[in-house]
Amino acid sequence: MDWIDILLKVVFAFLMVMVVMTMAGYSVLAERKIASWIQGRVGPNRTALPGLSSIPVLGPMLVKMGIWQPLADGVKFLFKEDPIPGHVKKFYYVLAPMISLAPALITMVVLPFGVYYVDGQAMPLVLANVDIGILFILAVSSLGVYGIVIGGWAANSKYPFYGGIRSSAQMISYELAMGMSILPVLMWANGPAGGLGDLTLYNVVTSQQAVWLVFWMPVPAFVFLVSLFAETNRMPFDAPESETELVGGFHTEYGSFKFGLYFVAEYAHMIIGSAVFTLLFLGGWQLFPTFGILPDWVANPWAGWGWIGSVLSVLVFIGKLLFFIVFFIWVRWTLPRFRYDQIMNLGWKYLVPIALACIFIYALIIAGWDLMVAVENTPAEVVQPDGQVVTQQEDLITH
Amino acid sequence: MEVASYVPVLIQVLLAVFMAVAILSASHLFGQRARGNYIKDAAYECGLPAEGKIHPKFSVKFYVVAMLFILFDIEVVFLIPWVLIYREFLAAHLPILLPVFFFLFILTVGLIYEMKKGGLKWER
Repeated sequence: MDWIDILLKVVFAFLMVMVVMTMAGYSVLAERKIASWIQGRVGPNRTALPGLSSIPVLGPMLVKMGIWQPLADGVKFLFKEDPIPGHVKKFYYVLAPMISLAPALITMVVLPFGVYYVDGQAMPLVLANVDIGILFILAVSSLGVYGIVIGGWAANSKYPFYGGIRSSAQMISYELAMGMSILPVLMWANGPAGGLGDLTLYNVVTSQQAVWLVFWMPVPAFVFLVSLFAETNRMPFDAPESETELVGGFHTEYGSFKFGLYFVAEYAHMIIGSAVFTLLFLGGWQLFPTFGILPDWVANPWAGWGWIGSVLSVLVFIGKLLFFIVFFIWVRWTLPRFRYDQIMNLGWKYLVPIALACIFIYALIIAGWDLMVAVENTPAEVVQPDGQVVTQQEDLITH
Repeated sequence: MEVASYVPVLIQVLLAVFMAVAILSASHLFGQRARGNYIKDAAYECGLPAEGKIHPKFSVKFYVVAMLFILFDIEVVFLIPWVLIYREFLAAHLPILLPVFFFLFILTVGLIYEMKKGGLKWER
């Protein structure tokens, strides 16, 4: 690997970080807009950019849509006073928001977001094509809890402390359910042909050509989705920052861009989480599932289209992603917050047992399925050289 | 898979740290300067003077949850290699279903036991 290669990788990584940060910024805008629509308000519609907003029709329209609002928010964060209150533990106080943001930006490195073809061979568009894929995502994204715990502890204040403690217990509880709910998926994705076993998300996506796993494994998908809400501290599960009990939760003492980092990190986690859900259960960049009866091109109609096909696959992927971000926001402004003991009960007494039952059930179903396929593919009777007739099917079943 | 394929991961880690540091330094650099006062240096509790300890006692349940998490998470980690080779082993007629079901059975019994013991009771 020479220097040009590495430089190129740095540029790609930077671009991807920029895209995700921009998406995070605009998810905030989407959140505010959708919230106001749900509540019968208008939402941000005043921020104007001096030059661009005086374009006759387009300018005012963009202003009405609030397109410049994230920009203004960012600038406001940047030029606000950046206070470090006297009573906090200074080092950890500054460190915590960084720890919170970093995992969100690191996990995206193993996310495949599209497909390209080299000599008819499909390759994933991904920054690092490493075979630990989903394990890496689980491992790194769980580091995000440190940002919240350290932030809450370093603030040296009562309510942030409670917020941090609650948040850590909540996040580790749901991580368990999340980890268990993806086991059936991996079980299904690693087919019976030997030597293919790996944990890349690309492998999972290609295994979904016939049927998206959300249809085939709706219960694990649901468990994963609920855990995702809890992991990102989104609304029905945002006990760590429930205003009515804990002032502002773990970031009560934060201001300026330090608070901004927490904010961006939450949305970046949301985007990454939606991406993982899309890849695991919604067929990634594939257009439609074939259900085993439609022709194969339905899943990847752009297989022969060169780079245009790659762009289309990325767009399909981003489309599914945006659907999920809107879903996240929709849920937030629809459901009330759960009480803390309800959250813990839901995690331990419902989601974990359900996920465990799913592992049992899908292990049996997949074993049965594989046996059926094996029996179908085996000739019923084989005449061995010495003239003896062996029924191989029975042989298989007794195994 | 060779080490070289992990180079982008390293790059991403450095980039993430760089981004976080850069944003915070920029905010520190461009942020307004203002005089501090004692209100700013006091813990915020809705405008009232802070009362009690800054790190108050909290329920022992949180420790229990953390310990249970470690137990169960390790068991989930043990399951990951299994799901990777499960169908392969089935195809090769190696015993894989019942041994792992025994393992999962113990896991389930553990979960039921801690529920019966009230390790996860949050009411009260």
